[in-house]
Amino acid sequence: MLGDGEEAVLEITEIVRTWKAEGRPGGRDEVLTRLAETGGVYIPRFYDVEYLPDGRIQRVVPNRDRVPYRVFKRTTMDLDAWPYPKQPLVPLAESVHERMSVEIFRGCTRGCRFCQAGMITRPVRERSIEGIGAMVQKGLEATGFEEVGLLSLSSADHSEIAEITKGLADRYEGTNTGLSLPSTRVDAFNIDLANELSRNGRRSGLTFAPEGGSERMRRVINKMVSEEDLIRTVSAAFSNGWRQVKLYFMCGLPTEEDEDVLQIAEMAKNVIRAGRQASGRNDVRCTISIGGFVPKPHTPFQWAAQCDPDTVDDRLRKLREAVNSDRSLGRNIGMRYHDGKPSLIEGLLSRGDRRIGKVIEAVWRDGGRFDGWSEHFSYDRWTAKAAEALEPLGVDLAWFTTREREELEVLPWDHLDSGLDKEWLWADWQDALDEREQDDCRWTPCFDCGVCPAMGTDIEVGPTGRKLLPISPVGVGSPVKNPALSQ
Amino acid sequence: MGAPLSRHQPNNPSAAAVQKLRLRYTKRGRLRFTSHRDIARTFERALRRAGVPMAYSQGFSPHPKVSWVGAAPTGVASEAEYVEVSVVERVDPVALKAALDEALPPGIDVVDIVQAHGGNLTERIDASEWRIELDGIEPDELAKAVSAFLAAESVEVERLTKDGKRTIDVRPAVVSALVEPRSSDAGHDGAGMSQPCGILMTVVRQVTPTVRPDDVLNALRVVADLVPPVPARATRMAQGRLDGEGGLVDPLQQDREF
Repeated sequence: MLGDGEEAVLEITEIVRTWKAEGRPGGRDEVLTRLAETGGVYIPRFYDVEYLPDGRIQRVVPNRDRVPYRVFKRTTMDLDAWPYPKQPLVPLAESVHERMSVEIFRGCTRGCRFCQAGMITRPVRERSIEGIGAMVQKGLEATGFEEVGLLSLSSADHSEIAEITKGLADRYEGTNTGLSLPSTRVDAFNIDLANELSRNGRRSGLTFAPEGGSERMRRVINKMVSEEDLIRTVSAAFSNGWRQVKLYFMCGLPTEEDEDVLQIAEMAKNVIRAGRQASGRNDVRCTISIGGFVPKPHTPFQWAAQCDPDTVDDRLRKLREAVNSDRSLGRNIGMRYHDGKPSLIEGLLSRGDRRIGKVIEAVWRDGGRFDGWSEHFSYDRWTAKAAEALEPLGVDLAWFTTREREELEVLPWDHLDSGLDKEWLWADWQDALDEREQDDCRWTPCFDCGVCPAMGTDIEVGPTGRKLLPISPVGVGSPVKNPALSQ
Repeated sequence: MGAPLSRHQPNNPSAAAVQKLRLRYTKRGRLRFTSHRDIARTFERALRRAGVPMAYSQGFSPHPKVSWVGAAPTGVASEAEYVEVSVVERVDPVALKAALDEALPPGIDVVDIVQAHGGNLTERIDASEWRIELDGIEPDELAKAVSAFLAAESVEVERLTKDGKRTIDVRPAVVSALVEPRSSDAGHDGAGMSQPCGILMTVVRQVTPTVRPDDVLNALRVVADLVPPVPARATRMAQGRLDGEGGLVDPLQQDREF
């Protein structure tokens, strides 16, 4: 099933129910065919892949009647009509995320070119301030959690985020109910928001994701954050009493040179300088966290050559030297990263086609388990099994990862329709190579990514100007009011 | 992140507690495997779901004013756990018991509640009564082991603590130990099971280091080589002050009689 499941799950259930009521005609094959017929359910075995002699895909075609050539994603437009989950499971044992999660909007059109989530979940659809308020209240009543997470791909982008957070703060005053926003964007508004949510003095740290070290790199990936923005934002944070910022970056991005990565060190040093000046203290901290870039399907970087692990490792080593070159600044900068090898295997899984199934099975048969944990990850096992399984097919690990694709190559996911126009993706890829930025269609005219006309959708954003009610606290000591208890 | 929502917390010290309630609750069935930490978190969430106007501690990281009294060890069931809850608005104890029971998972059942009238609950508890079921052990065999244990002046067992191995003398802590005669309810859930089951009722004084049901079982192994073929099941039946005749005084009695 591609895309949003809210409505589709009902349709799928109905199809299966009808088929069962009819006495299961045609067996499993028939029910799968009926599901495939809807156009929104992908049954891989109903599609045959034909290959060219050089290993590229020639075409992907349905191998039976009634099955469409393309499968399209489903989009739920009115999030307020689907206020789920209503009663999340609350385990007795401690879990990783001990909070009530409320999705405040879906989709993101910031257009970061590396981000698959931002590409395949378009357009932006906001939940209304009242819808959010109701979900938070019902969720707290059902779970008793002490924290609410306002989730989305970029939560501070909700058109009424200030009203939402202030409204919730007023409503749950004195009930010991915390609030978290998972992602932060680099601007002063975020500092106001963070201040608002932490007036009792508990301040963990602020996290920003410039993703690219140099201005040029950020134009390539379309992450429109200038260094001045960042310095202004962290200065505001440090003068407001924050002592630590975390910055997320990627290494191995398309067109990247050593110089782009070394700029990360400069940026971190400038953050420390700005922090010392703004706070008047020496002990400010900046942690830089660097992940290896993995090209993803349905993004403008789906054609890009992934950077090889040796180059990534070499750049990270040079970055570490650059950070440490100035002890007085470097000692306040922490650096977190992984070596480039796991990223290459991620790249294989990210853009591989059904031929990769053999590699995964061979790795598993050879004892590969929990590969996401570095102590269990074996690069040698993956490369050995990839070589064995792919050699007879005339392709290899590098072919799937570090090879740049051409415009007209049939990609393994072309028959899966996220709504994005492939020509637009290619144009955006060319813009990336030309270091040209792309605006956000929420605030500038449509740039024809193709999603809305193809899917019959439109941007759904506020502000609604409506109020979060009730404004006054709902309960005392608890987020729930229980009149039966009063004496 | 995870900062409290309330914007005015430092300037608005949360209201003072106006009432304290003392509750007796159970840990039944599979919940005996739930650790005290998990029970405590579950309980606090249930208080929030039930809309109890809880009082909070002051400071940077406020916590609900909930005091736990001597939690039963993980793996042990209980019919008599105690907790104190402070509230900032007066509540009707009967209504609170009903609302909380509704909000708690089955197995954690509130079986008694009183409004506290001073005093210290911890000081009203110096012993526990345990019921230990030993599947696969004949009551007669168990009775013999218990007699040998009671006849001894000292029975030392070893226990692994976080500071390494520790030797504990179990005998002085045991006030009484009785084996239920065969005629009584033999088994647990499985009526009609032919397997023997010895049932030990024992009152154990709270001492430091704590003597737990598994220490008592270890002591039976030491004095009489008694080794149950399957792990024994222990349930705390009561807590309270020793009344001088081997019985326990209900720790909520004073509040009830106030």
